[in-house]
Amino acid sequence: MSQFVKFTIDGTECMAARGQYIVDAAKENGIYIPTLCNYPGVKPKGGCRICTVRVNGRLMTACTTPVAEGMTIESEVHDIVELRKSIVELLFVEGNHFCPGCEKSGNCELQALAYRFRIMVPRFPFQFPLRRIDASHPKIIKDQNRCILCKRCIRAIRDEEGRSVFAYRRRSSRVEVVVDPKLGKQLTDELAQKSMDVCPVGSILVKEKGFITPIGSRKYDHEAIGSDIEHIRMTKI
Amino acid sequence: MSKPVIATTSLAGCFGCHMSFLDIDDRILELIELVEFNKSPIDDIKKFTKKCDIGLIEGGCCNSENVHVLKDFREHCKILVSVGECAIMGGLPAMRNGIPISECLAEAYLNGPTVSGNEEKILPNDPELPILTDKVYPCHEVVKIDYFLPGCPPKADLIWLTLVALVTEDELQLPYEVVKFD
Ligand code: SF4
Ligand code: SF4
Repeated sequence: MSQFVKFTIDGTECMAARGQYIVDAAKENGIYIPTLCNYPGVKPKGGCRICTVRVNGRLMTACTTPVAEGMTIESEVHDIVELRKSIVELLFVEGNHFCPGCEKSGNCELQALAYRFRIMVPRFPFQFPLRRIDASHPKIIKDQNRCILCKRCIRAIRDEEGRSVFAYRRRSSRVEVVVDPKLGKQLTDELAQKSMDVCPVGSILVKEKGFITPIGSRKYDHEAIGSDIEHIRMTKI
Repeated sequence: MSKPVIATTSLAGCFGCHMSFLDIDDRILELIELVEFNKSPIDDIKKFTKKCDIGLIEGGCCNSENVHVLKDFREHCKILVSVGECAIMGGLPAMRNGIPISECLAEAYLNGPTVSGNEEKILPNDPELPILTDKVYPCHEVVKIDYFLPGCPPKADLIWLTLVALVTEDELQLPYEVVKFD
């Protein structure tokens, strides 16, 4: 059996190593499929559904589905783009996202997706839920207003014994992601910074510093999220 | 042919969006050639004197006066544009949403660290004062809004390009950098 498989994404012929997840395979072919809960080096969860694609006629999450020989994948088609947009819009109205006062603004993946999708206003009513900010931890602030429950921190931030420093608390609509009271005590400066970096939004912030990168030099100030991936394609052609 | 007429207002906003509007610099001379202004803090016309083509709304609705002005704009303007985060989602004033009004008022006038002198413990109650709404509302949850210009404030280029597109009826081409939420 060949190590490589051939498939198409929106009609473009692609090739990738067998068993690779569709998002990663697409990336290698210079095609960006938007993701949010996915994080390099962390087992994919297929939670946020932003990476939804149509594989041989069926909707699948591109972060959890491996490529296979002859797959026909649709990504940038009207209904899927609309679906991705509505997920972003729902996340904006579900929490409290006051971007002008947020430290993550300009470096935030949720905001960057809204920019990429040219969302000027969410089509859903704002919920303005009452959420808390937990500033009791010595090193980090956990702002529940901005948490999108992507679980990236829970999956990526672990102590030396592999235990998650962050955890879910409560259930259903009351669920929130919190710092484990015991394990959180041992959070090193390095791990605190890593948890801020892992969080796609501004829900985990390292204390005593902020707004370090000036407006104009932030990650998504000049280039849309995903354009680095698409750029590879441009230079290849 | 008469020029298109523009009206502008600031509801629960900080006038930053109007400042950004003025940031179009010398293009304001071009704008004056293109349009005529009616009710607006820019020319200080207080009441509508005619029907307008475009109404620019800064700020959301935090009190009865805001709601009244917004409805008046809807009645008088063919096209209404929400300008800035506050008009679009309530913005900074909406940070009080979720906190009961009585608590907000008590913090501001009775118990807050900067309160002094209010010995009789009076909450502002003059009948002339607008009534606070239970929460701060985005404009499109009060009246129909036709277009939205995000930003805090929206970039001058965004306001300029939008106005030119609306007036000339040309398609709006926005560079990536022009649309930002901060
Ligand atoms: S987390 Fe992102 S979307 Fe939410 S307020 Fe901060 S910058 Fe805006
Ligand atoms: S804190 Fe950040 S990384 Fe953790 S679940 Fe919330 S949004 Fe995701």
